[in-house]
Amino acid sequence: MRMKLTRTVIKAILEAVFATQPVEIGCDECFEQVHRFAEMELAGEDAASALPLVQSHLERCRDCREEFEMLLAALRAVAGNNSPK
Amino acid sequence: MFERLRRRFGRRPKRRSNAEWVRDLAAADSHAITDLRAELLRGVRIVLRRRAPAKAEDLAEDFVQEAVLKILDSLDSFRGDSRFMTWAQTIVVRVAFTELRRKRWENVSLDGLVDERPFEGLDAAGDAAVSETLSERNAAGLLRELMQSELTEKQRTAIEAVMLHGMPIDEVARRMDSNRNALYKLLHDARKRLKEGFEARGLTLEQLLDD
Repeated sequence: MRMKLTRTVIKAILEAVFATQPVEIGCDECFEQVHRFAEMELAGEDAASALPLVQSHLERCRDCREEFEMLLAALRAVAGNNSPK
Repeated sequence: MFERLRRRFGRRPKRRSNAEWVRDLAAADSHAITDLRAELLRGVRIVLRRRAPAKAEDLAEDFVQEAVLKILDSLDSFRGDSRFMTWAQTIVVRVAFTELRRKRWENVSLDGLVDERPFEGLDAAGDAAVSETLSERNAAGLLRELMQSELTEKQRTAIEAVMLHGMPIDEVARRMDSNRNALYKLLHDARKRLKEGFEARGLTLEQLLDD
Protein backbone atom coordinates (compact mmCIF):
# COMPACT_ATOMS: atom_id res chain seq x y z
CA MET A 1 0.00 0.00 0.00
CA ARG A 2 1.71 3.15 -1.18
CA MET A 3 1.57 6.07 1.17
CA LYS A 4 2.50 9.54 0.11
CA LEU A 5 3.82 11.86 2.75
CA THR A 6 1.53 14.80 2.25
CA ARG A 7 1.58 18.07 4.16
CA THR A 8 -1.57 16.97 5.92
CA VAL A 9 -0.01 13.71 7.07
CA ILE A 10 3.18 15.37 8.33
CA LYS A 11 1.16 18.04 10.12
CA ALA A 12 -1.10 15.45 11.74
CA ILE A 13 1.86 13.43 13.00
CA LEU A 14 3.64 16.49 14.37
CA GLU A 15 0.48 17.69 16.09
CA ALA A 16 0.00 14.27 17.66
CA VAL A 17 3.63 14.22 18.79
CA PHE A 18 3.50 17.68 20.38
CA ALA A 19 0.12 16.94 22.00
CA THR A 20 1.66 14.01 23.87
CA GLN A 21 1.24 14.19 27.63
CA PRO A 22 3.71 12.70 30.14
CA VAL A 23 0.89 10.59 31.57
CA GLU A 24 -1.83 9.15 29.38
CA ILE A 25 -4.18 6.34 30.26
CA GLY A 26 -4.33 3.32 27.96
CA CYS A 27 -7.27 1.81 26.14
CA ASP A 28 -8.13 -0.51 29.04
CA GLU A 29 -8.46 2.29 31.57
CA CYS A 30 -10.46 4.32 29.09
CA PHE A 31 -12.80 1.40 28.50
CA GLU A 32 -13.32 0.98 32.24
CA GLN A 33 -14.55 4.58 32.54
CA VAL A 34 -16.07 5.41 29.18
CA HIS A 35 -19.59 4.29 30.09
CA ARG A 36 -19.62 6.80 32.92
CA PHE A 37 -18.15 9.46 30.63
CA ALA A 38 -20.86 8.75 28.03
CA GLU A 39 -23.67 9.08 30.56
CA MET A 40 -22.32 12.41 31.75
CA GLU A 41 -22.04 13.62 28.18
CA LEU A 42 -25.62 12.60 27.42
CA ALA A 43 -26.82 14.29 30.60
CA GLY A 44 -25.18 17.53 29.48
CA GLU A 45 -22.62 17.39 32.28
CA ASP A 46 -18.98 18.40 31.86
CA ALA A 47 -17.53 14.93 31.36
CA ALA A 48 -14.23 16.30 30.07
CA SER A 49 -13.56 18.17 33.33
CA ALA A 50 -14.74 15.31 35.52
CA LEU A 51 -12.71 12.67 33.71
CA PRO A 52 -9.88 14.57 31.98
CA LEU A 53 -7.73 11.50 31.34
CA VAL A 54 -10.59 9.82 29.51
CA GLN A 55 -11.15 12.98 27.48
CA SER A 56 -7.45 13.12 26.68
CA HIS A 57 -7.37 9.48 25.63
CA LEU A 58 -10.41 9.89 23.38
CA GLU A 59 -8.69 12.81 21.67
CA ARG A 60 -5.59 10.71 20.96
CA CYS A 61 -6.91 7.22 20.30
CA ARG A 62 -8.90 6.90 17.08
CA ASP A 63 -10.14 3.40 17.93
CA CYS A 64 -11.56 4.38 21.30
CA ARG A 65 -13.00 7.62 19.93
CA GLU A 66 -14.77 5.76 17.14
CA GLU A 67 -16.30 3.35 19.64
CA PHE A 68 -17.26 6.17 21.99
CA GLU A 69 -19.05 8.07 19.24
CA MET A 70 -20.95 4.97 18.25
CA LEU A 71 -21.75 4.22 21.88
CA LEU A 72 -23.31 7.68 22.18
CA ALA A 73 -25.37 7.03 19.05
CA ALA A 74 -26.50 3.67 20.40
CA LEU A 75 -27.38 5.10 23.80
CA ARG A 76 -29.34 7.93 22.24
CA ALA A 77 -31.25 5.39 20.19
CA VAL A 78 -32.19 3.27 23.17
CA ALA A 79 -32.81 6.21 25.49
CA GLY A 80 -36.16 6.17 27.14
CA ASN A 81 -36.01 2.50 27.91
CA ASN A 82 -33.26 2.81 30.49
CA SER A 83 -34.19 2.18 34.05
CA PRO A 84 -32.70 4.16 36.93
CA LYS A 85 -29.53 2.98 38.66
CA MET B 1 -37.50 -15.60 12.26
CA PHE B 2 -39.51 -17.18 15.07
CA GLU B 3 -37.09 -15.71 17.57
CA ARG B 4 -37.53 -12.23 16.10
CA LEU B 5 -41.32 -12.51 16.12
CA ARG B 6 -41.30 -13.80 19.67
CA ARG B 7 -39.14 -10.89 20.75
CA ARG B 8 -41.31 -8.42 18.90
CA PHE B 9 -44.67 -9.66 20.11
CA GLY B 10 -43.80 -11.53 23.25
CA ARG B 11 -43.35 -10.41 26.83
CA ARG B 12 -42.47 -6.76 27.42
CA PRO B 13 -38.93 -6.30 28.73
CA LYS B 14 -38.81 -5.80 32.47
CA ARG B 15 -37.33 -2.56 33.76
CA ARG B 16 -34.58 -3.37 36.20
CA SER B 17 -32.32 -1.45 38.53
CA ASN B 18 -28.59 -2.11 38.36
CA ALA B 19 -28.79 -4.46 41.32
CA GLU B 20 -31.66 -6.36 39.73
CA TRP B 21 -29.79 -6.76 36.45
CA VAL B 22 -26.73 -8.13 38.21
CA ARG B 23 -28.78 -10.40 40.46
CA ASP B 24 -30.94 -11.79 37.65
CA LEU B 25 -28.09 -12.32 35.22
CA ALA B 26 -25.89 -13.89 37.87
CA ALA B 27 -28.74 -16.33 38.46
CA ALA B 28 -28.91 -16.97 34.69
CA ASP B 29 -32.54 -15.85 34.69
CA SER B 30 -33.78 -16.57 31.17
CA HIS B 31 -36.05 -13.51 31.05
CA ALA B 32 -33.15 -11.27 32.09
CA ILE B 33 -30.92 -12.75 29.38
CA THR B 34 -33.69 -12.29 26.79
CA ASP B 35 -34.17 -8.68 27.87
CA LEU B 36 -30.43 -8.04 27.79
CA ARG B 37 -30.21 -9.47 24.28
CA ALA B 38 -33.10 -7.31 23.11
CA GLU B 39 -31.53 -4.13 24.51
CA LEU B 40 -28.12 -4.91 23.07
CA LEU B 41 -29.62 -5.65 19.68
CA ARG B 42 -31.19 -2.20 19.58
CA GLY B 43 -27.83 -0.62 20.28
CA VAL B 44 -25.69 -2.73 17.99
CA ARG B 45 -28.08 -2.27 15.08
CA ILE B 46 -27.30 1.44 15.20
CA VAL B 47 -23.60 0.63 14.83
CA LEU B 48 -24.17 -1.83 12.03
CA ARG B 49 -26.60 0.24 10.02
CA ARG B 50 -23.85 2.82 9.75
CA ARG B 51 -20.91 0.47 9.32
CA ALA B 52 -22.16 -2.65 7.56
CA PRO B 53 -25.76 -2.04 6.49
CA ALA B 54 -25.92 -5.00 4.07
CA LYS B 55 -25.13 -7.52 6.78
CA ALA B 56 -26.57 -5.67 9.75
CA GLU B 57 -29.16 -8.19 10.87
CA ASP B 58 -26.95 -11.29 10.65
CA LEU B 59 -23.96 -9.64 12.26
CA ALA B 60 -26.07 -8.07 15.00
CA GLU B 61 -27.20 -11.48 16.25
CA ASP B 62 -23.60 -12.78 16.28
CA PHE B 63 -22.19 -9.76 18.07
CA VAL B 64 -24.93 -9.76 20.69
CA GLN B 65 -24.38 -13.44 21.34
CA GLU B 66 -20.68 -12.84 21.97
CA ALA B 67 -21.34 -9.74 24.05
CA VAL B 68 -23.86 -11.53 26.27
CA LEU B 69 -21.27 -14.18 27.08
CA LYS B 70 -18.69 -11.52 27.90
CA ILE B 71 -21.16 -9.64 30.08
CA LEU B 72 -22.15 -12.76 31.99
CA ASP B 73 -18.46 -13.52 32.49
CA SER B 74 -17.62 -10.06 33.76
CA LEU B 75 -20.58 -9.15 35.99
CA ASP B 76 -18.13 -8.87 38.89
CA SER B 77 -16.33 -6.02 37.18
CA PHE B 78 -19.47 -3.85 36.93
CA ARG B 79 -18.96 -1.21 39.63
CA GLY B 80 -22.34 0.44 39.38
CA ASP B 81 -21.00 3.86 38.38
CA SER B 82 -23.36 4.05 35.41
CA ARG B 83 -26.58 2.39 34.41
CA PHE B 84 -26.04 -1.30 33.88
CA MET B 85 -27.30 -1.08 30.32
CA THR B 86 -24.84 1.70 29.46
CA TRP B 87 -22.00 -0.51 30.65
CA ALA B 88 -23.41 -3.45 28.69
CA GLN B 89 -23.68 -1.36 25.52
CA THR B 90 -19.97 -0.45 25.74
CA ILE B 91 -19.22 -4.17 25.62
CA VAL B 92 -21.34 -4.89 22.55
CA VAL B 93 -19.93 -1.83 20.76
CA ARG B 94 -16.39 -3.06 21.51
CA VAL B 95 -17.27 -6.56 20.26
CA ALA B 96 -18.77 -5.15 17.06
CA PHE B 97 -15.89 -2.81 16.26
CA THR B 98 -13.25 -5.42 17.00
CA GLU B 99 -14.85 -7.80 14.54
CA LEU B 100 -15.63 -5.18 11.89
CA ARG B 101 -12.04 -3.97 11.97
CA ARG B 102 -10.73 -7.50 11.77
CA LYS B 103 -12.85 -8.20 8.69
CA ARG B 104 -11.96 -4.93 7.02
CA TRP B 105 -8.20 -5.38 7.45
CA GLU B 106 -7.96 -9.16 7.22
CA ASN B 107 -6.13 -9.13 3.89
CA VAL B 108 -3.57 -6.51 4.86
CA SER B 109 -0.26 -7.64 6.29
CA LEU B 110 1.84 -5.39 8.45
CA ASP B 111 4.93 -6.22 6.40
CA GLY B 112 3.22 -5.21 3.18
CA LEU B 113 1.83 -2.08 4.77
CA VAL B 114 5.10 -0.69 6.04
CA ASP B 115 7.19 -2.11 3.22
CA GLU B 116 6.98 1.23 1.47
CA ARG B 117 8.76 3.15 4.18
CA PRO B 118 7.84 6.68 3.25
CA PHE B 119 10.32 8.21 5.68
CA GLU B 120 13.24 6.22 4.40
CA GLY B 121 15.09 7.71 1.51
CA LEU B 122 13.94 11.12 2.62
CA ASP B 123 17.10 13.05 3.38
CA ALA B 124 17.37 15.57 6.16
CA ALA B 125 16.46 18.39 3.81
CA GLY B 126 13.29 16.55 2.89
CA ASP B 127 11.71 15.58 -0.37
CA ALA B 128 10.50 18.46 -2.49
CA ALA B 129 7.34 16.49 -3.28
CA VAL B 130 6.48 16.30 0.39
CA SER B 131 5.67 19.88 1.02
CA GLU B 132 5.98 23.35 -0.24
CA THR B 133 7.76 25.43 2.35
CA LEU B 134 11.27 25.07 3.66
CA SER B 135 10.08 24.56 7.22
CA GLU B 136 7.76 21.76 6.17
CA ARG B 137 10.55 20.02 4.28
CA ASN B 138 12.75 20.37 7.33
CA ALA B 139 9.96 19.11 9.56
CA ALA B 140 9.55 15.97 7.46
CA GLY B 141 13.31 15.42 7.37
CA LEU B 142 13.68 15.94 11.11
CA LEU B 143 10.78 13.65 11.82
CA ARG B 144 12.43 10.97 9.73
CA GLU B 145 15.75 11.56 11.48
CA LEU B 146 14.19 11.30 14.94
CA MET B 147 12.21 8.22 14.01
CA GLN B 148 15.47 6.56 13.02
CA SER B 149 17.50 7.69 16.02
CA GLU B 150 14.95 7.67 18.85
CA LEU B 151 12.54 4.83 18.09
CA THR B 152 12.85 1.10 18.10
CA GLU B 153 11.96 -0.83 14.97
CA LYS B 154 8.73 -1.92 16.62
CA GLN B 155 7.80 1.66 17.49
CA ARG B 156 8.54 2.85 13.96
CA THR B 157 6.41 0.10 12.49
CA ALA B 158 3.54 0.87 14.85
CA ILE B 159 3.70 4.62 14.22
CA GLU B 160 3.72 4.13 10.47
CA ALA B 161 0.91 1.57 10.49
CA VAL B 162 -1.35 3.64 12.75
CA MET B 163 -0.49 7.22 11.87
CA LEU B 164 0.36 6.93 8.20
CA HIS B 165 -1.79 4.06 7.03
CA GLY B 166 -4.68 4.41 9.43
CA MET B 167 -4.60 0.80 10.58
CA PRO B 168 -6.58 0.39 13.81
CA ILE B 169 -4.50 -0.16 16.94
CA ASP B 170 -6.36 -3.43 17.51
CA GLU B 171 -5.22 -4.72 14.16
CA VAL B 172 -1.60 -3.64 14.53
CA ALA B 173 -1.56 -5.25 17.96
CA ARG B 174 -2.96 -8.50 16.59
CA ARG B 175 -0.17 -8.64 14.00
CA MET B 176 2.49 -7.92 16.62
CA ASP B 177 1.19 -10.58 19.02
CA SER B 178 0.36 -7.79 21.42
CA ASN B 179 -2.88 -6.24 22.63
CA ARG B 180 -4.57 -2.91 22.15
CA ASN B 181 -3.62 -1.48 25.54
CA ALA B 182 0.05 -2.46 25.24
CA LEU B 183 0.23 -1.07 21.73
CA TYR B 184 -1.26 2.26 22.81
CA LYS B 185 1.43 2.46 25.48
CA LEU B 186 4.11 1.63 22.89
CA LEU B 187 2.79 4.44 20.68
CA HIS B 188 2.63 6.80 23.65
CA ASP B 189 6.25 6.08 24.47
CA ALA B 190 7.19 6.63 20.81
CA ARG B 191 5.37 9.98 20.69
CA LYS B 192 7.08 11.04 23.94
CA ARG B 193 10.50 10.22 22.53
CA LEU B 194 9.83 12.14 19.33
CA LYS B 195 8.52 15.13 21.28
CA GLU B 196 11.59 15.11 23.52
CA GLY B 197 13.76 14.89 20.41
CA PHE B 198 12.21 18.00 18.91
CA GLU B 199 12.34 19.83 22.24
CA ALA B 200 16.01 18.94 22.72
CA ARG B 201 16.61 20.76 19.44
CA GLY B 202 14.69 23.74 20.72
CA LEU B 203 11.91 23.29 18.18
CA THR B 204 8.23 24.01 18.76
CA LEU B 205 5.28 22.85 16.71
CA GLU B 206 4.72 26.41 15.51
CA GLN B 207 8.28 26.69 14.27
CA LEU B 208 7.99 23.41 12.43
CA LEU B 209 4.71 24.26 10.75
CA ASP B 210 4.87 27.99 10.16
CA ASP B 211 7.18 29.63 7.75
